[in-house]
Amino acid sequence: MEIKTDMAGLVESVLVAVGDVIETGQKILLLESMKTIMEVNSPSDGKVIEIKCESGDFVDEGDILVILG
Amino acid sequence: MSKKVLVANRGEIAVRVIRCCKVMDIPVVSVYTEADKDSLHVSLADESIFMEDRRGYLNGDTLIALAKETGCDAVHPGYGFLAENAEFADKCKESGLIFIGPSAKSIEAMGLKLEARKLMQDSGVPVVPGSGLIESIESGLAEAEAIGYPVMIKASAGGGGRGIRVAMNKEQFCELLPAAQKESEVAFGSSEVYLEKYFDKPRHIEIQVIGDHFGNIIHMGERECSIQRRRQKLLEESPSPVMNEALRDKMGSAAVRAAQTVGYYGCGTVEFLVDEEMNYYFLEMNTRIQVEHPVTEMVTGFDLIKEQIKIAYGEPLSIKQQDITLKGWSIECRINAEDHEKNFKPTPGLIERFYPPMGPWSRMDTYLVEGIKITPLFDSLIGKVIVWGHDRKEAISRMRLALDEMVIDGVPTTAPVLRKLLDDEEFIAGRFDNNYLEKWLKTIL
Repeated sequence: MEIKTDMAGLVESVLVAVGDVIETGQKILLLESMKTIMEVNSPSDGKVIEIKCESGDFVDEGDILVILG
Repeated sequence: MSKKVLVANRGEIAVRVIRCCKVMDIPVVSVYTEADKDSLHVSLADESIFMEDRRGYLNGDTLIALAKETGCDAVHPGYGFLAENAEFADKCKESGLIFIGPSAKSIEAMGLKLEARKLMQDSGVPVVPGSGLIESIESGLAEAEAIGYPVMIKASAGGGGRGIRVAMNKEQFCELLPAAQKESEVAFGSSEVYLEKYFDKPRHIEIQVIGDHFGNIIHMGERECSIQRRRQKLLEESPSPVMNEALRDKMGSAAVRAAQTVGYYGCGTVEFLVDEEMNYYFLEMNTRIQVEHPVTEMVTGFDLIKEQIKIAYGEPLSIKQQDITLKGWSIECRINAEDHEKNFKPTPGLIERFYPPMGPWSRMDTYLVEGIKITPLFDSLIGKVIVWGHDRKEAISRMRLALDEMVIDGVPTTAPVLRKLLDDEEFIAGRFDNNYLEKWLKTIL
């Protein structure tokens, strides 16, 4: 499953690592947009198989952040 | 050397400064980054310089070099970015440039909030009961007990409401202190925090001051800024609905005293917290032009940016205290790219259609043009609608009309929620405090 961002911004920090088993609602990433830090939460349970961004990256609306298996 | 100003900023304030320079017949240079290439401040200036560095507005050395290269003799910092950076003010001076703002010394003295509190106390300006720097949870708990809960944990290097936490009791204090220290470290590069008494129904009322290089300092009345969400102002007005002449004189004198204490020149704002008994306490001084400065301009008739520039170029203050009378009423609504239905989530994106309010006695300060992309890289303020009326009732009516006529298509903004607030009985009656907006929002969502 692809977790996408619905908002453009700068990745402030990635809070999960490849291999982590995560639950629905778990904080996976902090995104800074317009000087506001927003949490990105996982929409489902799963295992992190790929992280498509790192701290400091600029992401646009619709970009894939994390892939869950 | 003839005058020429570099505007070291972006957004609506850059546009505001550029317009003022044009009125004063001073050539003006703007700077911009990739994200701002279509912004109004780029096309309005006489010259515009592109900066490759995404963080260019924060790069003092680059800005000074660009000012020198383009033959400028002065730099206007606007607000935010380097406006309250004493090192930048100093560097400008060292490079032979006029920094359109106060001295580095004044910025420094007021920038360290705790030091400023002490200075104010020593000068007889009332301050909110509070603590010194908090070294540990243990010493913090002792200080909090002495002040009495609830207490606010504030960043010593902070401002603009960031890095503030409210602890209602001991348990919350232990939980919130590390979080406040961390946020302060991230936002301001220092984890130093201190405590202040938290008031239940405070109002935020600030006084505009202006001074020259010859020791003349006056105040220009108050701005009521209690309509806030998470300590970010959303609507401001002048005068305040709770102000009277005697209190204005007292708070105005205290603000002038505060400015005199740090040898202030230029435009500045002394922020006060006012309790239900109308006692007032110094909060902090912002050593720059404020976002909400237009409401003061509308009721006093003076152009604050123009005065700022004249003072920076060494002219004596042309206004005397007796020249200041607040005529009528002015309100400002901040138009932020935020969606109030989604907890004020930022809404960067494309402006598909834009039609500013154009009725009489209304003004819009903005950098918007149709087709511009609002970037997520900067704050969410995309414009300000300001109106004037003979009295508060008329100002509210004119603001309703202005917001009804304004069209911003493409991104949700704060305009609809502010329009709704203008119909709220408590707001209309002027019965609100700093916590009112957040309570009211819960009733409408």
